[in-house]
Parts: sequence; structure tokens; C-alpha cells
Amino acid sequence: MAVLNEEQEMLRSMARDWATNESPISEFRKVRAAGEPKAYNADSYAMMAKMGWAGIIIPEAHGGSNFGFLSAGLVVEELGKTLTASPLVVSTIVASAIVLGGSDQQKDKWLPKLASGETVATLAVDEGPHYDPSAIETNVSDGKLTGKKAFVHEAHGADLFLVAAKDGLYLVARDDSVSLVTRKLTDQRSHADVSFNGAAAEKLEGGGVSLLDDVLDRARVLSAAEMLGMAQAVFDTTLDYLTQRVQFNQVLATFQALQHRMADLFADLAQMRSAVEAGLQAVDGGFGVARAATIAKAEANRVLNVISNQGIQLHGGIGMTDEYDVGFYLKRARVLEASWGSTSYLRNRFALLSGY
Amino acid sequence: MPAQLESGVNANDELFRTEVQQFLAANFPEDLKGKGNPLAGLEGPTNETDQQRKWREAVGQRGWGTPTWPKEYGGGGLSKAQAKILDHEMTKVGAFNPIGGMGVMMFGPTLLEYGDEKQKREHIPPICRGEIRWCQGYSEPNAGSDLANLQTFAADKGDHYLVNGQKTWTSGGQWADKCFAIVRTDRSDKHNGISFMLIDMDSPGVEVRPITMISGTSPFCETFFTDVKVPKKNLVGEEGQGWTIGKRLLQHERTNISGGGSLAGMMGQSLGVIAKTYCEADGDGELADKVLRDKIADLEIRWNSFLHTVRRALQESKAQGGVSEISSVLKKLGTKLSQERSELLIEIRGLQGLGWEGEQFTDGELEDVRGWLFGKAATIYGGSTEIQNNIIAKRVLGMLDHQ
Repeated sequence: MAVLNEEQEMLRSMARDWATNESPISEFRKVRAAGEPKAYNADSYAMMAKMGWAGIIIPEAHGGSNFGFLSAGLVVEELGKTLTASPLVVSTIVASAIVLGGSDQQKDKWLPKLASGETVATLAVDEGPHYDPSAIETNVSDGKLTGKKAFVHEAHGADLFLVAAKDGLYLVARDDSVSLVTRKLTDQRSHADVSFNGAAAEKLEGGGVSLLDDVLDRARVLSAAEMLGMAQAVFDTTLDYLTQRVQFNQVLATFQALQHRMADLFADLAQMRSAVEAGLQAVDGGFGVARAATIAKAEANRVLNVISNQGIQLHGGIGMTDEYDVGFYLKRARVLEASWGSTSYLRNRFALLSGY
Repeated sequence: MPAQLESGVNANDELFRTEVQQFLAANFPEDLKGKGNPLAGLEGPTNETDQQRKWREAVGQRGWGTPTWPKEYGGGGLSKAQAKILDHEMTKVGAFNPIGGMGVMMFGPTLLEYGDEKQKREHIPPICRGEIRWCQGYSEPNAGSDLANLQTFAADKGDHYLVNGQKTWTSGGQWADKCFAIVRTDRSDKHNGISFMLIDMDSPGVEVRPITMISGTSPFCETFFTDVKVPKKNLVGEEGQGWTIGKRLLQHERTNISGGGSLAGMMGQSLGVIAKTYCEADGDGELADKVLRDKIADLEIRWNSFLHTVRRALQESKAQGGVSEISSVLKKLGTKLSQERSELLIEIRGLQGLGWEGEQFTDGELEDVRGWLFGKAATIYGGSTEIQNNIIAKRVLGMLDHQ
């Protein structure tokens, strides 16, 4: 764990307490059972916003706390541990896009509402099932945006979309020109193909040519923080299980084959944590962001993949049941691995950034 | 170094910085700029030049080679902030710390913790001055990973011990002046029958035979002890305390093997950039072999996140005080990644990357081949990866003892 300041320590312990007591996995089961398209509990998101979590990266002048990405990551990690369903990550990323590229007017208009949780926002970038933010057909003419975005996270609850078009990023408030087709994925969260049919769009004019990459890098580090929480939770649950379960008259934790596998996972997890925290810190420091974010998400993909698989294997048959939580992590893990940077995309990007 | 990293620096420290700058200007010979440190390496005899000797003496006299060790024993007596300034200023002018070796990295810190007053006064100052080479007498033919099975026996003969037995993998044994060893003083108790003692390598009865490794080099030795007299004053701690002291020393060793000491030296050149000199690039300047390119990126991403982990471990142990438990993870991760890197380097170079000798190979190529072979030892010595896994599982994760 990165060395934290006092504010960050408080924030983390507050998030941990809240996630453990108010938002354990049983709450996610309720959301799943309710079957609403937006797939999160609006009261619970309102509470999160009230505690200031939706405004962590938003400047104080616009109603946020401006604590930065490492702080946001601490909260998101704790929420990831209990698979708390909420639009916090995507809404935060849209806010960061407005901070980076929005006009004063756009900032005044949207940031306070995003910080208070009154407005829920999400990103609509990809247009196909394989991660490739360069393949964009969506275009804008006369301030009207037309295009089709695939597998948009938290689409059903969103009032505001940050849409990548050929010539830049646009804000689109939801209206009749925006239509959704639900795409139910393994994580049972909100995803939809979203069609924009001549939707009124306002461009983010600032932020330079790298704005989309900069925003995606922020999505990478923050989703990596969620993945870190998930990996940590699977690891802890699995370790707990191994120290309880008895077979051959022995606690499973006494078997060396399992000890060594857990030691491997522990080392992987340590490495994942370092990479993710370094990514968050790079965004806060404003230096080497592209590289650090690429490493952070690539390591999050690699380690969560291994740990989510091993979590099932080490639980044995019981890990295959819906009654046990460990399978929920697997089903969310792959969705996040494929979003904001698949492993092959990130390796290619790392090579490009390194000059080969 | 960015200014914010030194925010704790006060006015006295600024005076100290000036003192260091003046010292370096007066004593560091321009010719040694950027050159390595002959004594810091574990292997290889010392063929010190006059210049190197003068530089070593200048630093040793001030105790600045061991900057945070107590002044009364020849250390620098500096605060951590001052040590950082010293390091920073030396790096700035291309100077290096000429004091090193096992005495500095492992034995010294351990003796400062467990040695008695006389022992510290006798042994620490020569380490600080870089005058004495120490070697490690731990492993035996039947005590490798199961180190506590060691059989070298020290019989109590009143005013001295009589030591008989054999040690192996004694790094630099053929060049060492003294050996810190763990030996058995009681055969009835596996762990509590072990004692930690200091043996002069020129004592009658000590015989050293270098072992040729698969890399063709001989940095390790077999060391035989036949009726070697060791005065009782050379016992460190109590009889039977050797296992505790010996393990403490290994913590220092592991931190060093994993590279916790010198992060900058581990960055290495990008494999992708090296690959472009051996393999074809396409029109965009990317490696044309996309499979190889993907492998390189995968390894370098993991390598970078390992470096982040080393950094994090250093910050954590600084914040908590003391060696952090994460040192076992670092050794395991760092040694494996280094081996993977060496293997990938061979794949990049093809058969040109497997040269044993000859002018058709560059020095760098030949060094990397020997490094690849010698590197196989890294997951074995200093507690093998399997032993590290046992330690992580039991001590860190609280998994129970297997039978």
C-alpha cells in the first residue's frame, strides 16, 4: 500500500467501513434480483455522492474536494472488494474529461452536478466488441452527433454521455435522439449499445489532441483500482477458505502445493498493487501518465485474470455455485479486462511508447 | 532529483551538502568517473590502482562508505537525510561508493545488532575503511535449502573452539580475509545447537577450492576446515543463538539480491530497442516480428511493475522502520524476471546470443551469455524460490506448517 497522508487514510477507512457494512455483496445480489436495467441502487449512489466520493477529482470551486486520483482509487478499490454496483468510476472519468477539456461554461454547468451525484455520466467510446478506440465512425455535423456505440458501461442510468467522435469528444445530454439496446453481460451490470441519431452535442474544445488518450488513461487507472479491490477480495476469500476447509483430515492450507500457489498469487497481487498505485500517482503528478496507465491496466488484466481463475479452482466445486461469491468476481473481471484496454492492445501501446 | 523529494532538508543539511561538494572536488579523481567499484563486487580479486586506493581511503576515513553506521565504530554517523544528500552529490559528479562487499551489505549490520563491544571495535572499522573482505560460511553439501542441517562442528576446547567440517558455495572464499560462519556447537538440537562465529581464512587448517560453474567462472568455493582453532572471543552472541543471528543476516542478503539496493542499475536497456538492432523493423519502425514484439512488451510491463514494487517496498519500510516482509516477495519476483529477461535476450539475438568466446561476438553479447548461465543461481541461492514460497505462505499468509 502506498504511503498515504492523513486525509487519504481517513477516506480509505471510511470507504472500507461503508462498503463492508452498507454495501456487502448481498446488496449486489439484491440489485441483480431486482433486475432493473440501470443495475445499481440509486439511494446507495446518492449516499456515496453525499460522502463526497463523486467529487474526489473535481476542483473545490466546482463542488468537489480535488483530492486526486490516488484518493479516488482508494475508494474505488474498497467498492471493488464488495462488487458495489454504481456509476462512480465512469461518472468520475467523464468529470475528469470536463476538467481537462471543458470550457468554463461547461465546467460550471456539469461539474457541480456530477460532484453532487445529481447527474450520472458515462463514456461512449468503443464501437465494436474488440477494444480499439481508433476505430470510430461517429461524426458530428452542425452540432448534431450521429453514431452507434457498443457495450456502453452504465448506459441505462446515465443522463450525460461523453461521446468520442471522429474529430473529438462531445457531451451529449440524454434525450429522445438517444436510444439504448440492452446488452446483458456476465457481470449483470448495465451495458447497452447506444445509438445517437442527430443528438445535440457540445464539443470539449480544450485538452489538446491527446484528450481522448488522456481520458482513457484515467479510465484505465481507475478501473484498474476497481480490479485491484476485486483481486484482493478473491485472494482474501480464498485464503480464508483454505484455512478452514478440511480434507484428508488436514486443513487445506497445510498442503505445500497450495501454499506455493498462494505465494505466487500473493507476489502477483503485490506487483499489481504497485503498478495500479503508480498509475494513479502518475495521473496526480502529471508525469509519464500514458506509460504508467498502460502498465497499470496491463498488470491489472494479467493478475486479476489469474486470481479470478485460481479463486474458483482453489474453492473447488463450491466455487462453481451461484451461492458462493467468488464466481461473481470472475464474471465482472473479464468485462473489465476487455474494457478501456485489452491486454493485447496495451502491449502494443507499451511497445509504441517505448519506440519498438 | 525533483526538489519535492527533498522537502525535509533543513539548513544544517545544506551546510552538509556544501561539505560533501568540497570533499568530492578535493578527493574524487576525474579518471574514476563512472567507473565501477572493485571492492563492492562479491567476486574477483582486488587489483586496486593507486587512484582507487586513495579514493577508498578518503571515503573510508570519513566513514562515508557506510554513512549511517555509528561514528564510534568508523561509520559516517550521518542522518538518513544526510546520507541521501551524500548519495545525490556523488551521483551528480559520477562518483561511486568505494566501500562495499559482504561486510557492508550483510555482516556489518548484523554485528552491529548482535556483536559485543569488543567485536564491534575490532571488526566494524576495517569494514568501514574497506580493508577487509568477508565471506559467508553458511551452506554445506548436505545443508542447502535445509540450512539448519549443517554439520560443521565447533568443539569447545576451553579458551578456543576446534572447528571441523566443510562449507560450500562460499562466495569469494579464495579472496576473503575472514569468514562469518554458522557452525554446530550442539548435535542434540537442530536449531538451538547452532552458533555464529568468525574465522580467519588464513588460520592453519582452512583450505579453499574454487568451483567452476556452468558459466565458466569460479566465484564460489568449497571451504574445508580441519582442526581450525577459533578463539572464543570470535563467538557472536551466545552459543546456540547462531540460527537467530544467521537468519537476520539473510534478510539483509535477500534485500540485496532482489536489487533493493540499486534501483537505477536495474533499469537496463529496453529489450525492444536492443531487438531493433538484431531483428527487422517494418515501415513504421516497429519490430516486424509481432510475436516477439508482444513477448518483449509483456516482459517489460512486468519488469516495470516489479520496479514499482521495489520502490513501494522501500517507501513502506522507510515509513514503518525496518526491513519489510515484502523482501521475500522481491527476491522471488526479481530473480525470476531477470532470468526471463536473459532468456528473451537469447531469443532476440538467435545463435549470435549464445556465443561462448571469440572475436565475432561483442563483449556485451559474451557477458550476457555468461550472465544468463550464472543467473540460474539466483533462484537457488539466498534461499531458493521454493524456500521463499514457504516463508511467504507461513509467515506472511499464516498458512500452517505442513508435515
